[in-house]
Amino acid sequence: MTAKLPNTTTPDAAISVEPGFNFAYLDEQTKRSIRRSLLKAVAIPGHQIPFSSREMPMSYGWGTGGIQVTASVIGADDTLKVIDQGADDTTNAVNIRRFFKKVCGIKTTEETTEATVIQTRHRVPETPLREGQTMVYQVPIPEPLRWIEPSEIETRKMHSLSEYGAMHVKLYEDITRFGHIATAYDYPVMVNDRYMMRPSPIPRFDNPKLNMSPALQLFGAGREKRLYAVPPYTTVKSLDFEDHPFSVEQWDKPCEFCGSTESYLDEVVTDNEGGRLWICSDTDYCNRRQAQMKPVGEK
Amino acid sequence: MKPLLDVSNLSKTYGAVRACDRISFSLYPGQILGIIGESGSGKSTLLSAIARQIPADSGKVTYHSPKNGTGEPLDIFSISESERRQLMRNEWGFVRQHARDGLRMKVTAGANIGERLMDTGHRHYGNIRTEAKRWLEQVEIPTNRMDDLPGTFSGGMQQRLQLARVLVTQPRLVLMDEPTGGLDVSVQARLLDLMRQLVRSLNLSVILVTHDIGVIRLLAHRLLVMNCGEVVEQGLTDQVLDDPHHSYTQSLISATLVP
Repeated sequence: MTAKLPNTTTPDAAISVEPGFNFAYLDEQTKRSIRRSLLKAVAIPGHQIPFSSREMPMSYGWGTGGIQVTASVIGADDTLKVIDQGADDTTNAVNIRRFFKKVCGIKTTEETTEATVIQTRHRVPETPLREGQTMVYQVPIPEPLRWIEPSEIETRKMHSLSEYGAMHVKLYEDITRFGHIATAYDYPVMVNDRYMMRPSPIPRFDNPKLNMSPALQLFGAGREKRLYAVPPYTTVKSLDFEDHPFSVEQWDKPCEFCGSTESYLDEVVTDNEGGRLWICSDTDYCNRRQAQMKPVGEK
Repeated sequence: MKPLLDVSNLSKTYGAVRACDRISFSLYPGQILGIIGESGSGKSTLLSAIARQIPADSGKVTYHSPKNGTGEPLDIFSISESERRQLMRNEWGFVRQHARDGLRMKVTAGANIGERLMDTGHRHYGNIRTEAKRWLEQVEIPTNRMDDLPGTFSGGMQQRLQLARVLVTQPRLVLMDEPTGGLDVSVQARLLDLMRQLVRSLNLSVILVTHDIGVIRLLAHRLLVMNCGEVVEQGLTDQVLDDPHHSYTQSLISATLVP
């Protein structure tokens, strides 16, 4: 991940870089300061590090935090994949990918195995990650204790003293109201047995994938100006009660397209007569499985 | 008998205003100490300073923790913030005048009681619930209200819920800041009755701040009378109330309506 000036990147890249912009849109000083914050974040897994979030050419809530992190770590020889709700072809994913193609002239891909940097919102790819890959998460609200404690001074104190009992109150309320832990996304985790962290709005289905992942995982919240990270092979434990252990969602039907029974399924309404379809939310995973199936089924 | 808490020469000023002026007293296990005085006499400041919720200017507060095996007294003003917070969770409790300040209004009554248990490391939902239920019974709240929000409770019930929330971890020392303020007389009477029972059965020590002489007469063993940040008189409750020496105490007692 070496950030070079546009005219020193590969010849092919140099052509496609937008004139008048620095490599990866942000200026070198900004990227350096964000990388410094990222180093701190990696050194203290799960701890929120403040950073000087910049104005980006898009509104807050569209992934400005994730984009700044990506811009700071991406190099000319990286391959970028962007997913939104698991899909590579939704508006946000397409536009962020196009943005980086424009300002970096880098290769982009939809395949999880090809990518070296994966920026995401809502999902962790179904395909297992490998060493050397970097996950970048777009985070709306980084503070897990915010729902119970509005004061930033107080939440920082709670973090520094590991006072996390209040977070179990939320799970207690879930069980009391619904009979089970109903928190379906942004499910709080303990990182490295020390810091409580919000894993961004990924479904709790994806929580186990964060644990001991071989990939580096970076989290950026643009509006809240916070960064945090989970370095490779770090323990990430989801909160639970002894008599109500953590569990992931399950579906009683396979994906309609690829037949997978192991992936996270989205419910798609197909018509006004109540027709419904259950399909993989990870489009790359689903496409690949369909491609593998076809030679057997059609030929 | 060794005192549970020693306060010596505690002072706190807000600019030129002397809120607490060299206040000293000792509190023994199982004792209820009443602090009485008019509004602005420094009662609440004293209470907050003892718990180190606001920093005192000078003085010393020493706590002899019965749970502390070594028997070493704790200097409240010099222990670390994490030790202090741990103490506040495990061995001390703070009951506030407005139940809303002491409760989490957005979570159910059961969770309000359970929170202190979860704070101290309990991670078994069933056990937390059983314990919460037991405490609801102790403070005479029907257990079928356990999963209701405190906002749907009456003022008296909220105050009793706050009491249960504080007492669930079985603290040794409870600081109460006008716990009966703003409640009507019959509800007050029930709450006082309940408090007297609990204090006796749990062998609690209590510092009770109030401006209501009736509450003091009913509950407190010893009494401290404060006026303009100073303790003007102290002693056994009956003694002070029946034979007040200081002119302020005399006027305070003569101003009370006797039905």
